Amino acid sequence: MASGHDDHHHGPAKGIKRWLFATNHKDIGTMYLVFSLAMFLLGGTFALVIRAELFQPGLQFVQPDFFNQMTTMHGLVMVFGAVMPAFVGLANWMVPLMIGAPDMALPRMNNWSFWILPFAFTMLASTLLTDAGAPNFGWTFYAPLSTTYATSSVTFFIFAVHMMGISSIMGAINIIATIQNLRAPGMTYMKMPLFVWTWLITAYLLLLVMPVLAGVVTMMLFDVHFGTSFFSAAGGGDPVLFQHVFWFFGHPEVYIMILPAFGVVSEIIATFSRKKLFGYDSMVYATSSIAFLSLIVWVHHMFVTGMPLAGELFFMYATMLIAVPTGVKVFNWVTTMFKGSISFETPMLFAIAFVVLFTCGGFTGLMLAIAPADFQYHDTYFVVAHFHYVLVPGAVFSLMAAAYYWLPKWTGNMYDENLGRVHFWLSFIGINILFFPQHFLGLAGMPRRIPDYALQFTDFNMMSTVGAFLFGFSQLIFVWVVIKCVKGGKKATAEVWDGSHGLEWTLPSPPPYHSFTTPPAIK
Amino acid sequence: MANMASKQASGGYDQPYYVPEHSPFPIAASVGLALFVFSLGHLLNDIKAGEGTGLASVMTFAGFAVIATTLFFWFSTQIRENHQGLPGAQLKRSYVLGMYWFIFSEVMFFAAFFGALFYVRMWVVGWLGGEGDKGITGQMLYPEFQATWPVVDNPNPALFPDPEESMAWPGFSGMLSYLPLWNTILLISSSFTVHIAHTALKNGNRQKLITWLGLTVLLGIVFLFLQIEEYSHAYSELGLTLNSGIYGSTFFLLTGFHGFHVTLGAFMLSVMFFRALKGHFKPEDHFGFEAASWYWHFVDVVWVCLFIFVYIL
Repeated sequence: MASGHDDHHHGPAKGIKRWLFATNHKDIGTMYLVFSLAMFLLGGTFALVIRAELFQPGLQFVQPDFFNQMTTMHGLVMVFGAVMPAFVGLANWMVPLMIGAPDMALPRMNNWSFWILPFAFTMLASTLLTDAGAPNFGWTFYAPLSTTYATSSVTFFIFAVHMMGISSIMGAINIIATIQNLRAPGMTYMKMPLFVWTWLITAYLLLLVMPVLAGVVTMMLFDVHFGTSFFSAAGGGDPVLFQHVFWFFGHPEVYIMILPAFGVVSEIIATFSRKKLFGYDSMVYATSSIAFLSLIVWVHHMFVTGMPLAGELFFMYATMLIAVPTGVKVFNWVTTMFKGSISFETPMLFAIAFVVLFTCGGFTGLMLAIAPADFQYHDTYFVVAHFHYVLVPGAVFSLMAAAYYWLPKWTGNMYDENLGRVHFWLSFIGINILFFPQHFLGLAGMPRRIPDYALQFTDFNMMSTVGAFLFGFSQLIFVWVVIKCVKGGKKATAEVWDGSHGLEWTLPSPPPYHSFTTPPAIK
Repeated sequence: MANMASKQASGGYDQPYYVPEHSPFPIAASVGLALFVFSLGHLLNDIKAGEGTGLASVMTFAGFAVIATTLFFWFSTQIRENHQGLPGAQLKRSYVLGMYWFIFSEVMFFAAFFGALFYVRMWVVGWLGGEGDKGITGQMLYPEFQATWPVVDNPNPALFPDPEESMAWPGFSGMLSYLPLWNTILLISSSFTVHIAHTALKNGNRQKLITWLGLTVLLGIVFLFLQIEEYSHAYSELGLTLNSGIYGSTFFLLTGFHGFHVTLGAFMLSVMFFRALKGHFKPEDHFGFEAASWYWHFVDVVWVCLFIFVYIL
C-alpha cells in the first residue's frame, strides 16, 4: 500500500479503474451526475409513453397494465434515480470544495454508495422485460395492491428499494461526517455556504426516513412471502398502516428533493445579483423549520382515507405552517435580487424560473393542504400538476441551474451560452404547456393514473402532450451542451462569474485532483 | 481572490490531509450485494410458485459469500493501514461520526416496526373490534371480532390461523420460567461486562479485556440460544407463527430483527475478541472495539424497549 502522502501527488488512476475503484470526490460526483442524467432520460422516456397515450381518449399505443407500469417506473426512476442521485452528485463535487476539505470524509464508502445504484436500477428496470412485467402499483406502492395483488416483480422492486436505501443512508452519513468534521479551520457553521447548510439538513432527513422506507418494504416482503398480516385486516393489520409508514418516509422525501435545490438557488441568485444573499441566518432557520415540519405533516397525503377529525385538523394546520418558512425563503431570494446588478446568464434564468414556478407549486400545495378542499382534489390531475410544478421547474430546474453554474468550474471550459439560453426558453415554455393545463383537468375532475379519459378532457390533454414532447426533446440540447463543454470551449477563469463568492472559486478551473491538500484559512 | 498559497500557509493544521487510496472493495461489495438480492428474489419467487430452487439458492449463497469475503478483506485493509499509522486524527474522527450516525439510522429502522406496533395497538385493533372513531370498519367487516391485545382470535382465522397462546407476561408467579426475563438479565449483564472490558482496555490490562470480552460474547450466544428455544416453543407448542395474524407478525419481526442484530453484534465482538488475542488495540487507539461495543449497547437498549412494549405491556 503506498503511503498516503505520496498519494497527493498522483493524478487519477488510468482507464476504467479510475471509476470502478474511485475514492476521489470529484470522480464519484461525476459518476453520480452522469448516472442521474441517464436516469432522467430513461424516466423521461417513460413519461413520454404516458403522454403519448393520453394525447387522445381511447387506447392508442399501450394496454392499461403497461400504462400502469409506466407511471410506476417513471415515478421511481425520477425520484430515486434522477433527482436524489443528482443532488448527491452535486454534494460530492461541491461540499468539499465549499468547506475547504480534501475530499469526502469516508471516500471508500462514498464509492460504495454510488456503485450500488446502477445495480439497483438495472434490477428494477429489468423487470420490464419479464413476463410478469414491471411493478404496476404506482410509485407510492400502496398495499394491498403491492402485496396481495402484486405480480412477482414486487420482490425485485422491494430489494431494489432496499439497495437504494442503503446507498442513500451511506451517502447521508458521509455528507454529515464531511460537514461536521472536515470544515477548514475558521469555517464555523454560520459561515458555511447555504448549499452546504441545506445539504446538512437534507442528510439528517435522509437518516431519519430512509430506514423507515426500508422498514415498510420489509413489512411488504414478509406479507408477500412469509404470511404476516401487517397490511391485511383479516389478520388484524391495516392497509392504512402501510400509508402511514410510507408517508412518514414519503413526505420528508419531497423535502429531501427540494432543500438542496434551495441551497443551489440561493448561491446562484446571490452571484448573478452581485450582492450578498439577503437574510442568510433566516435562510438557515427557515430550512431547519421546514425540515422539522416535514416530519409531522405526512397524513395530509391521506385526508380521504378516513381518520378522526382531530387528525384532519392537526395535519391540515401543520401543513399550512410550512408556507411561513417557505415564504421567508422566497422573500429573501426576491430581496437579494432587489437593486442588484442582475445579469441573465443561463444559471440565473433557471434560478429565477425556479423561484416563480416553485412558488406556483407551493400555492397549489396550500390549496391541497385544506382538508375539505382536498376531498375534491384528491387523486386528480390537480395533484399531478402540483407536485410536478415543485419537482420539475423546482428540483429539476435547480439541477439544470447548478449544472450550468458549476460546469465551467468542473470542466475548465465555458459552456455554450447561446445553446444554454435556447435550452432554458424551450424548457420553460414546454414545462408550462405541459403542466399548467393539468390544473384545469384536475379541477374538472380527471383522475390521475388512467390510460383513457372522458371526451371533455381532450383539449387540455392534447396541449399537455405537446408540451411534454417539447420539454422532453429540449433536454437533448442540454446533453449536447454538456458534451460540448466537456470537450472544449473558452477557458474558464478561477472565479468564472463576476459575482462569485466562496472557496470553490478560489481554486483553478478545473480544480486540482485533490482540492485542498492543506486546510485553507477562513476569514 | 485571495492567494491560495498564503491561505494554505496560514492554515491551522500542521498535518496535510490524508485521503485513503483507491480500493477495489466498494465495487466488489456492490456486485456481491446485487448478486445476493437478485438471486434471493428469484429464490423467494420460486418458493412461492412451488418451483425448484437449486440454482437460485446456490447463487444466493454465492452472493452472500462475495459480500462476506469483500468485507473481510476491506476491514483487514483498514486495520493494516491503521497499524501503519496512515489515517490521521481527522479521518479517525470521521470513522467515529460514521458509526454514530449508522447506529442512528438503525434506531430509525426499529422505529418503523415499533411505530407499526403502536399504531396497531392504539387504533387498528380497536377499530376492527367495532370501537372508536372508525369502529364502523369492524362492525361491517368482522362483527364477531373482539378487540383484545394480544390478538389471539384473528378477524379471519381461515386466512390467519389463531395462535393458542401469546408470549405475554405470565405474572410474577410464572416469571422464573419466563425466558424473555432471563434474556433481559443476560443482555443487561452483557452491557456491563463489555463496559468492564472497555475499561480494562483503556487501563492497558489485556488479560482482563480478553476475559470480560469473552464473557460478553458468551452471554450473547446464550441469549441467542434461548431465543431459538423460545421460537421453537412458539412454533411447535403455542401455534404462534409468522402466519398467525398481527400479533405474530409484530412479535416475530421485532424480536427477529433484534435477534439478527444481536447475531451481528456478537459476531463483531468475537472478531474484536480474536483481535485482542492477537495483540491488536492500544489503550488510546481502539475504535474498532469501541464501535462494536456501542453497537452492543444499542441492541441492548432495543431489547429493553422490546421487553417493555412487546412482552410486558
